[in-house]
Amino acid sequence: MDFLRPTTLAEALAAKAERPDLVPIAGGTDVMVELNFDHRRPPGLLDLTGIAELARWSADGDVLRVGAAVPYARIVQDLGDRLPGLAMASRTVGSPQIRNRGTVGGNLGSASPAGDTHPVLIAGDAVVEVASARGARSIPADEFYLGVKRSALEPDELITAVRLAAATGPQQFAKVGTRNAMVIAVCSFAVSLHPERLRVGAAVGSAAPTPRRASAAEEFLSAELTSAGLWESREPLPDSVQRRFGELVAEAASPIDDVRGSAAYRRHALAVLARRSLGWAWREHSGGGNERCA
Amino acid sequence: MRVNVTVNGEARSADDVWEGESLLYVLRERLGLPGAKNACEQGECGSCTVYLDDVPVCACLVAAGQVQDREVRTVEGLADGETLDPVQEAFVQAGAVQCGFCTPGLVVAAHDLLRRSPSPDDPEIREALAGNLCRCTGYEKILDAVRLAAAKRGA
Repeated sequence: MDFLRPTTLAEALAAKAERPDLVPIAGGTDVMVELNFDHRRPPGLLDLTGIAELARWSADGDVLRVGAAVPYARIVQDLGDRLPGLAMASRTVGSPQIRNRGTVGGNLGSASPAGDTHPVLIAGDAVVEVASARGARSIPADEFYLGVKRSALEPDELITAVRLAAATGPQQFAKVGTRNAMVIAVCSFAVSLHPERLRVGAAVGSAAPTPRRASAAEEFLSAELTSAGLWESREPLPDSVQRRFGELVAEAASPIDDVRGSAAYRRHALAVLARRSLGWAWREHSGGGNERCA
Repeated sequence: MRVNVTVNGEARSADDVWEGESLLYVLRERLGLPGAKNACEQGECGSCTVYLDDVPVCACLVAAGQVQDREVRTVEGLADGETLDPVQEAFVQAGAVQCGFCTPGLVVAAHDLLRRSPSPDDPEIREALAGNLCRCTGYEKILDAVRLAAAKRGA
Protein backbone atom coordinates (compact mmCIF):
# COMPACT_ATOMS: atom_id res chain seq x y z
CA MET A 1 0.00 0.00 0.00
CA ASP A 2 1.15 3.54 -0.74
CA PHE A 3 0.59 6.62 1.37
CA LEU A 4 0.54 9.89 -0.55
CA ARG A 5 0.71 13.23 1.21
CA PRO A 6 -0.02 16.01 -1.29
CA THR A 7 0.24 19.55 0.02
CA THR A 8 -1.75 21.22 -2.75
CA LEU A 9 -5.07 20.39 -4.39
CA ALA A 10 -3.39 20.35 -7.83
CA GLU A 11 -0.95 17.73 -6.62
CA ALA A 12 -3.79 15.64 -5.16
CA LEU A 13 -5.82 15.86 -8.38
CA ALA A 14 -2.81 14.84 -10.46
CA ALA A 15 -2.32 11.81 -8.22
CA LYS A 16 -6.01 10.89 -8.45
CA ALA A 17 -5.96 11.27 -12.24
CA GLU A 18 -3.03 8.93 -12.52
CA ARG A 19 -4.32 6.49 -9.92
CA PRO A 20 -8.11 6.65 -9.56
CA ASP A 21 -7.96 3.68 -7.18
CA LEU A 22 -6.34 5.78 -4.45
CA VAL A 23 -8.69 6.17 -1.50
CA PRO A 24 -8.87 9.72 -0.16
CA ILE A 25 -8.62 10.04 3.61
CA ALA A 26 -9.24 13.13 5.76
CA GLY A 27 -10.59 12.57 9.29
CA GLY A 28 -10.36 8.82 8.82
CA THR A 29 -13.54 8.17 10.78
CA ASP A 30 -14.90 5.93 8.00
CA VAL A 31 -11.78 4.89 6.07
CA MET A 32 -9.77 3.77 9.10
CA VAL A 33 -12.63 1.61 10.36
CA GLU A 34 -12.62 -0.25 7.05
CA LEU A 35 -8.84 -0.68 7.23
CA ASN A 36 -8.83 -1.72 10.89
CA PHE A 37 -11.46 -4.38 10.20
CA ASP A 38 -9.82 -5.59 7.02
CA HIS A 39 -12.90 -4.70 5.00
CA ARG A 40 -10.83 -2.81 2.50
CA ARG A 41 -7.26 -2.97 1.23
CA PRO A 42 -6.89 -0.09 -1.22
CA PRO A 43 -3.66 0.09 -3.20
CA GLY A 44 -3.00 3.46 -1.64
CA LEU A 45 -4.27 6.23 0.60
CA LEU A 46 -4.39 9.85 -0.51
CA ASP A 47 -4.11 11.94 2.64
CA LEU A 48 -5.95 15.24 2.25
CA THR A 49 -5.09 16.68 5.67
CA GLY A 50 -1.96 18.41 4.39
CA ILE A 51 -3.90 20.53 1.87
CA ALA A 52 -4.59 23.88 3.52
CA GLU A 53 -7.18 25.05 0.98
CA LEU A 54 -9.47 22.11 1.76
CA ALA A 55 -9.42 22.87 5.49
CA ARG A 56 -10.80 26.42 5.20
CA TRP A 57 -14.25 27.90 5.01
CA SER A 58 -14.99 31.28 3.49
CA ALA A 59 -17.90 33.61 2.86
CA ASP A 60 -18.61 35.08 -0.55
CA GLY A 61 -21.43 37.51 0.11
CA ASP A 62 -24.31 35.42 1.44
CA VAL A 63 -22.84 32.14 0.27
CA LEU A 64 -20.69 30.05 2.57
CA ARG A 65 -18.11 27.75 1.07
CA VAL A 66 -17.05 25.03 3.47
CA GLY A 67 -13.89 23.18 2.46
CA ALA A 68 -14.26 19.41 2.26
CA ALA A 69 -11.75 18.84 5.08
CA VAL A 70 -13.21 21.29 7.61
CA PRO A 71 -14.03 19.18 10.68
CA TYR A 72 -17.52 19.16 12.21
CA ALA A 73 -16.19 20.78 15.39
CA ARG A 74 -15.17 23.88 13.42
CA ILE A 75 -18.55 24.07 11.70
CA VAL A 76 -20.26 23.99 15.10
CA GLN A 77 -17.88 26.57 16.51
CA ASP A 78 -17.66 28.98 13.57
CA LEU A 79 -20.83 28.66 11.51
CA GLY A 80 -23.68 28.08 13.96
CA ASP A 81 -25.17 31.51 13.27
CA ARG A 82 -25.00 31.44 9.47
CA LEU A 83 -25.51 27.72 8.85
CA PRO A 84 -27.60 26.64 11.84
CA GLY A 85 -28.96 23.48 10.20
CA LEU A 86 -25.52 22.24 9.21
CA ALA A 87 -24.17 23.11 12.66
CA MET A 88 -27.03 21.25 14.36
CA ALA A 89 -26.46 18.14 12.28
CA SER A 90 -22.69 18.39 12.81
CA ARG A 91 -23.31 18.63 16.51
CA THR A 92 -25.05 15.23 16.48
CA VAL A 93 -22.19 13.43 14.75
CA GLY A 94 -20.45 10.80 16.88
CA SER A 95 -18.63 12.23 19.88
CA PRO A 96 -16.27 15.15 20.54
CA GLN A 97 -13.34 13.05 19.31
CA ILE A 98 -15.17 12.15 16.11
CA ARG A 99 -16.32 15.73 15.49
CA ASN A 100 -12.71 16.89 15.87
CA ARG A 101 -11.74 14.72 12.90
CA GLY A 102 -14.77 13.95 10.73
CA THR A 103 -15.64 16.26 7.84
CA VAL A 104 -18.58 17.12 5.59
CA GLY A 105 -16.44 16.09 2.63
CA GLY A 106 -16.08 12.67 4.21
CA ASN A 107 -19.80 12.45 4.89
CA LEU A 108 -20.40 13.12 1.19
CA GLY A 109 -17.61 10.81 0.05
CA SER A 110 -18.98 7.91 2.07
CA ALA A 111 -22.51 8.74 0.85
CA SER A 112 -24.08 6.58 3.53
CA PRO A 113 -27.85 6.98 3.54
CA ALA A 114 -27.49 7.64 7.28
CA GLY A 115 -24.91 10.44 6.96
CA ASP A 116 -26.00 13.19 9.33
CA THR A 117 -25.35 16.24 7.18
CA HIS A 118 -27.08 14.99 4.00
CA PRO A 119 -30.67 16.04 4.80
CA VAL A 120 -29.45 19.51 5.79
CA LEU A 121 -27.51 19.89 2.54
CA ILE A 122 -30.56 18.91 0.50
CA ALA A 123 -33.00 21.07 2.49
CA GLY A 124 -30.62 24.03 2.19
CA ASP A 125 -30.11 23.57 -1.58
CA ALA A 126 -26.38 23.06 -1.11
CA VAL A 127 -24.06 22.50 -4.02
CA VAL A 128 -21.20 20.01 -3.87
CA GLU A 129 -18.00 21.20 -5.51
CA VAL A 130 -15.87 18.46 -7.00
CA ALA A 131 -12.68 18.69 -9.00
CA SER A 132 -10.39 16.54 -11.11
CA ALA A 133 -7.39 17.21 -13.32
CA ARG A 134 -10.01 17.66 -16.08
CA GLY A 135 -11.60 20.60 -14.28
CA ALA A 136 -14.12 21.46 -11.59
CA ARG A 137 -17.89 21.03 -11.52
CA SER A 138 -20.75 21.71 -9.14
CA ILE A 139 -23.39 19.13 -8.31
CA PRO A 140 -26.64 20.03 -6.51
CA ALA A 141 -26.76 18.03 -3.28
CA ASP A 142 -29.96 16.23 -4.23
CA GLU A 143 -28.31 14.95 -7.42
CA PHE A 144 -25.13 13.86 -5.65
CA TYR A 145 -26.44 10.71 -3.96
CA LEU A 146 -27.09 7.84 -6.38
CA GLY A 147 -27.52 4.81 -4.15
CA VAL A 148 -26.39 3.20 -0.92
CA LYS A 149 -22.84 4.53 -0.52
CA ARG A 150 -22.79 5.54 -4.19
CA SER A 151 -22.45 9.10 -5.39
CA ALA A 152 -22.02 11.12 -8.57
CA LEU A 153 -18.30 11.47 -7.86
CA GLU A 154 -16.15 10.10 -10.71
CA PRO A 155 -13.15 7.92 -9.83
CA ASP A 156 -10.66 10.65 -10.70
CA GLU A 157 -12.53 13.36 -8.79
CA LEU A 158 -12.18 14.70 -5.27
CA ILE A 159 -14.80 16.57 -3.26
CA THR A 160 -13.39 20.04 -2.60
CA ALA A 161 -16.19 21.95 -0.83
CA VAL A 162 -19.88 22.42 -0.23
CA ARG A 163 -21.52 25.76 -0.95
CA LEU A 164 -24.69 26.85 0.72
CA ALA A 165 -26.47 30.09 1.31
CA ALA A 166 -26.40 31.59 4.79
CA ALA A 167 -29.72 30.99 6.54
CA THR A 168 -32.44 33.52 5.80
CA GLY A 169 -34.89 31.80 8.13
CA PRO A 170 -35.03 29.14 10.81
CA GLN A 171 -33.51 25.72 10.20
CA GLN A 172 -33.89 22.54 12.18
CA PHE A 173 -32.36 19.09 12.17
CA ALA A 174 -33.54 16.13 14.22
CA LYS A 175 -32.54 12.52 14.35
CA VAL A 176 -33.68 9.39 16.14
CA GLY A 177 -31.22 7.15 17.91
CA THR A 178 -30.74 5.23 21.13
CA ARG A 179 -28.66 7.93 22.81
CA ASN A 180 -27.39 11.41 22.05
CA ALA A 181 -23.80 10.44 21.25
CA MET A 182 -22.30 7.82 18.95
CA VAL A 183 -25.53 7.15 17.14
CA ILE A 184 -26.04 6.15 13.55
CA ALA A 185 -29.38 7.72 12.74
CA VAL A 186 -32.39 5.40 12.74
CA CYS A 187 -33.91 8.19 10.69
CA SER A 188 -33.26 11.90 10.42
CA PHE A 189 -34.92 15.01 9.10
CA ALA A 190 -33.97 18.55 8.16
CA VAL A 191 -36.13 21.55 7.44
CA SER A 192 -35.12 25.01 6.22
CA LEU A 193 -37.46 27.96 5.91
CA HIS A 194 -36.54 30.32 3.08
CA PRO A 195 -38.91 33.28 3.64
CA GLU A 196 -37.29 35.44 0.95
CA ARG A 197 -38.17 32.81 -1.67
CA LEU A 198 -41.43 31.78 0.00
CA ARG A 199 -40.02 28.26 -0.01
CA VAL A 200 -39.55 25.44 2.44
CA GLY A 201 -36.77 22.88 2.12
CA ALA A 202 -37.25 19.44 3.65
CA ALA A 203 -35.29 16.19 3.40
CA VAL A 204 -35.05 12.82 5.10
CA GLY A 205 -32.04 10.70 5.98
CA SER A 206 -31.56 7.04 6.83
CA ALA A 207 -34.97 6.17 5.45
CA ALA A 208 -34.29 5.32 1.80
CA PRO A 209 -31.31 4.07 -0.26
CA THR A 210 -30.18 7.69 -0.41
CA PRO A 211 -30.90 10.82 1.55
CA ARG A 212 -33.95 12.23 -0.16
CA ARG A 213 -35.82 15.47 -0.70
CA ALA A 214 -39.40 15.41 0.57
CA SER A 215 -40.71 17.28 -2.47
CA ALA A 216 -44.45 16.84 -1.89
CA ALA A 217 -44.07 18.05 1.69
CA GLU A 218 -42.07 21.08 0.51
CA GLU A 219 -44.68 21.96 -2.13
CA PHE A 220 -47.57 21.50 0.24
CA LEU A 221 -46.13 23.63 3.04
CA SER A 222 -44.78 26.35 0.75
CA ALA A 223 -48.23 26.67 -0.86
CA GLU A 224 -50.06 26.67 2.50
CA LEU A 225 -47.79 29.32 3.98
CA THR A 226 -48.10 31.53 0.94
CA SER A 227 -51.84 31.18 0.36
CA ALA A 228 -52.69 31.83 4.01
CA GLY A 229 -50.28 34.77 4.18
CA LEU A 230 -48.46 33.12 7.07
CA TRP A 231 -44.96 34.11 5.97
CA GLU A 232 -45.82 37.74 6.79
CA SER A 233 -48.43 37.31 9.51
CA ARG A 234 -46.19 34.80 11.36
CA GLU A 235 -49.30 33.44 13.04
CA PRO A 236 -49.25 29.96 14.55
CA LEU A 237 -49.41 27.10 12.09
CA PRO A 238 -52.68 25.16 12.09
CA ASP A 239 -52.24 21.69 13.58
CA SER A 240 -53.71 20.17 10.44
CA VAL A 241 -50.93 21.74 8.34
CA GLN A 242 -48.21 20.49 10.66
CA ARG A 243 -49.71 16.99 10.66
CA ARG A 244 -50.13 16.86 6.90
CA PHE A 245 -46.55 18.05 6.48
CA GLY A 246 -45.40 15.18 8.71
CA GLU A 247 -47.42 12.64 6.71
CA LEU A 248 -46.00 13.86 3.42
CA VAL A 249 -42.45 13.72 4.79
CA ALA A 250 -43.02 10.11 5.89
CA GLU A 251 -44.40 9.29 2.44
CA ALA A 252 -41.20 10.55 0.83
CA ALA A 253 -39.25 7.77 2.55
CA SER A 254 -38.86 4.18 1.42
CA PRO A 255 -37.28 2.70 4.51
CA ILE A 256 -36.21 -0.86 5.21
CA ASP A 257 -36.31 -3.09 8.27
CA ASP A 258 -32.82 -3.43 9.74
CA VAL A 259 -31.01 -3.76 13.04
CA ARG A 260 -31.58 -0.13 13.91
CA GLY A 261 -35.33 -0.09 13.36
CA SER A 262 -38.25 -1.29 11.29
CA ALA A 263 -39.55 0.42 8.19
CA ALA A 264 -42.86 1.08 9.93
CA TYR A 265 -41.12 2.68 12.90
CA ARG A 266 -39.03 4.86 10.62
CA ARG A 267 -42.11 6.11 8.77
CA HIS A 268 -43.87 6.87 12.02
CA ALA A 269 -40.83 8.56 13.55
CA LEU A 270 -40.25 10.68 10.46
CA ALA A 271 -43.79 12.04 10.62
CA VAL A 272 -43.22 12.97 14.27
CA LEU A 273 -39.75 14.47 13.65
CA ALA A 274 -41.06 16.52 10.74
CA ARG A 275 -44.06 17.84 12.64
CA ARG A 276 -41.97 18.77 15.68
CA SER A 277 -39.07 20.26 13.73
CA LEU A 278 -41.47 22.37 11.75
CA GLY A 279 -43.08 23.49 15.02
CA TRP A 280 -39.69 24.56 16.41
CA ALA A 281 -38.73 26.33 13.20
CA TRP A 282 -42.07 28.10 12.97
CA ARG A 283 -41.93 29.23 16.57
CA GLU A 284 -38.58 30.84 15.80
CA HIS A 285 -40.02 32.45 12.66
CA SER A 286 -42.86 33.82 14.81
CA GLY A 287 -40.33 35.39 17.15
CA GLY A 288 -40.70 32.77 19.86
CA GLY A 289 -36.98 32.15 20.14
CA ASN A 290 -34.70 29.55 18.76
CA GLU A 291 -35.00 26.03 20.08
CA ARG A 292 -31.94 24.00 19.37
CA CYS A 293 -32.60 20.83 21.23
CA ALA A 294 -34.12 18.10 19.14
CA MET B 1 7.44 3.71 5.55
CA ARG B 2 9.11 5.77 8.24
CA VAL B 3 7.02 8.09 10.40
CA ASN B 4 8.59 10.99 12.28
CA VAL B 5 6.41 12.45 14.98
CA THR B 6 6.81 14.37 18.21
CA VAL B 7 5.33 12.34 21.05
CA ASN B 8 5.04 13.83 24.53
CA GLY B 9 7.56 16.49 23.59
CA GLU B 10 10.14 14.07 22.22
CA ALA B 11 11.04 13.57 18.56
CA ARG B 12 10.37 9.93 17.75
CA SER B 13 10.51 7.87 14.61
CA ALA B 14 9.03 4.54 13.71
CA ASP B 15 10.28 2.36 10.87
CA ASP B 16 8.58 -0.26 8.71
CA VAL B 17 5.20 1.26 9.43
CA TRP B 18 2.50 -0.27 7.24
CA GLU B 19 0.71 2.47 5.29
CA GLY B 20 -2.74 1.41 6.50
CA GLU B 21 -1.68 1.28 10.13
CA SER B 22 -3.29 3.48 12.79
CA LEU B 23 -1.59 5.95 15.09
CA LEU B 24 -2.77 3.73 17.94
CA TYR B 25 -0.79 0.78 16.61
CA VAL B 26 2.29 2.95 16.16
CA LEU B 27 2.05 4.24 19.72
CA ARG B 28 1.45 0.88 21.36
CA GLU B 29 3.43 -1.55 19.26
CA ARG B 30 6.24 0.55 17.81
CA LEU B 31 6.90 3.31 20.32
CA GLY B 32 6.28 1.40 23.55
CA LEU B 33 3.44 3.62 24.76
CA PRO B 34 0.62 1.27 25.78
CA GLY B 35 -1.35 3.92 27.72
CA ALA B 36 -3.87 4.50 24.95
CA LYS B 37 -5.93 1.34 24.84
CA ASN B 38 -7.02 -0.71 21.87
CA ALA B 39 -10.63 -1.82 22.11
CA CYS B 40 -13.21 -1.09 19.44
CA GLU B 41 -10.93 0.12 16.63
CA GLN B 42 -13.84 2.12 15.22
CA GLY B 43 -13.94 5.29 17.29
CA GLU B 44 -16.87 4.14 19.41
CA CYS B 45 -15.23 3.69 22.80
CA GLY B 46 -12.70 6.51 23.22
CA SER B 47 -10.21 4.24 25.02
CA CYS B 48 -7.47 5.35 22.62
CA THR B 49 -8.06 9.10 23.02
CA VAL B 50 -4.85 11.13 22.59
CA TYR B 51 -4.10 14.72 21.68
CA LEU B 52 -3.10 15.31 18.07
CA ASP B 53 -1.78 18.88 17.74
CA ASP B 54 -3.62 19.65 20.99
CA VAL B 55 -6.98 18.27 19.81
CA PRO B 56 -8.38 15.06 21.34
CA VAL B 57 -8.88 12.34 18.75
CA CYS B 58 -9.32 8.58 18.61
CA ALA B 59 -5.84 7.30 17.77
CA CYS B 60 -7.39 4.23 16.11
CA LEU B 61 -8.91 6.45 13.41
CA VAL B 62 -5.78 8.41 12.56
CA ALA B 63 -3.64 6.89 9.81
CA ALA B 64 -0.01 6.62 10.87
CA GLY B 65 1.15 8.69 7.91
CA GLN B 66 -1.14 11.53 8.92
CA VAL B 67 0.93 12.29 12.03
CA GLN B 68 4.16 12.87 10.13
CA ASP B 69 5.81 16.02 11.55
CA ARG B 70 2.93 16.58 13.95
CA GLU B 71 2.61 16.50 17.73
CA VAL B 72 0.98 13.76 19.75
CA ARG B 73 0.43 13.83 23.49
CA THR B 74 -0.67 10.62 25.14
CA VAL B 75 -1.84 9.85 28.67
CA GLU B 76 1.82 9.07 29.47
CA GLY B 77 2.62 12.71 28.74
CA LEU B 78 0.21 14.26 31.23
CA ALA B 79 2.10 13.71 34.46
CA ASP B 80 5.06 15.91 35.34
CA GLY B 81 7.66 13.28 36.20
CA GLU B 82 6.37 11.51 39.30
CA THR B 83 3.74 14.17 39.93
CA LEU B 84 0.37 13.20 38.55
CA ASP B 85 -1.74 15.68 36.66
CA PRO B 86 -4.65 16.93 38.82
CA VAL B 87 -7.06 14.95 36.63
CA GLN B 88 -5.14 11.73 37.21
CA GLU B 89 -4.91 12.44 40.92
CA ALA B 90 -8.65 13.09 41.08
CA PHE B 91 -9.41 9.77 39.33
CA VAL B 92 -7.39 7.98 42.02
CA GLN B 93 -8.95 9.90 44.89
CA ALA B 94 -12.52 9.58 43.64
CA GLY B 95 -12.17 5.85 43.02
CA ALA B 96 -13.01 6.43 39.38
CA VAL B 97 -10.95 3.45 38.25
CA GLN B 98 -12.39 -0.05 38.23
CA CYS B 99 -10.87 -2.37 35.63
CA GLY B 100 -8.88 0.61 34.38
CA PHE B 101 -9.24 -0.04 30.69
CA CYS B 102 -11.23 3.10 29.83
CA THR B 103 -9.29 5.27 32.27
CA PRO B 104 -6.52 6.61 30.00
CA GLY B 105 -9.03 7.77 27.38
CA LEU B 106 -11.28 9.32 29.99
CA VAL B 107 -8.36 11.07 31.64
CA VAL B 108 -7.32 12.66 28.34
CA ALA B 109 -10.92 13.65 27.51
CA ALA B 110 -11.40 15.14 30.99
CA HIS B 111 -8.02 16.88 30.79
CA ASP B 112 -9.08 18.53 27.54
CA LEU B 113 -12.45 19.58 28.97
CA LEU B 114 -10.84 21.32 31.95
CA ARG B 115 -8.39 23.17 29.73
CA ARG B 116 -11.30 24.55 27.73
CA SER B 117 -13.74 24.98 30.59
CA PRO B 118 -12.19 25.14 34.07
CA SER B 119 -15.44 24.78 36.01
CA PRO B 120 -17.82 22.78 33.84
CA ASP B 121 -21.39 22.00 34.86
CA ASP B 122 -22.68 18.43 34.75
CA PRO B 123 -24.22 18.52 31.26
CA GLU B 124 -20.91 19.88 29.97
CA ILE B 125 -18.98 17.07 31.65
CA ARG B 126 -21.36 14.45 30.28
CA GLU B 127 -21.08 15.91 26.81
CA ALA B 128 -17.28 16.03 26.94
CA LEU B 129 -17.12 12.38 28.01
CA ALA B 130 -19.85 11.18 25.63
CA GLY B 131 -17.29 9.53 23.37
CA ASN B 132 -15.75 7.41 26.13
CA LEU B 133 -17.32 4.15 27.26
CA CYS B 134 -16.77 2.51 30.67
CA ARG B 135 -18.06 -1.05 30.56
CA CYS B 136 -17.72 -1.37 34.33
CA THR B 137 -20.30 1.43 34.19
CA GLY B 138 -18.47 3.42 36.82
CA TYR B 139 -19.72 6.68 35.41
CA GLU B 140 -20.82 8.31 38.65
CA LYS B 141 -17.34 8.06 40.15
CA ILE B 142 -15.87 9.31 36.90
CA LEU B 143 -18.13 12.37 37.05
CA ASP B 144 -17.05 12.82 40.69
CA ALA B 145 -13.42 12.70 39.58
CA VAL B 146 -13.93 15.40 36.96
CA ARG B 147 -15.72 17.64 39.46
CA LEU B 148 -12.90 17.03 41.95
CA ALA B 149 -10.24 17.78 39.35
CA ALA B 150 -12.00 21.02 38.45
CA ALA B 151 -12.07 21.99 42.13
CA LYS B 152 -8.37 21.13 42.53
CA ARG B 153 -7.39 23.16 39.52
CA GLY B 154 -9.50 26.08 40.72
CA ALA B 155 -7.97 25.95 44.21
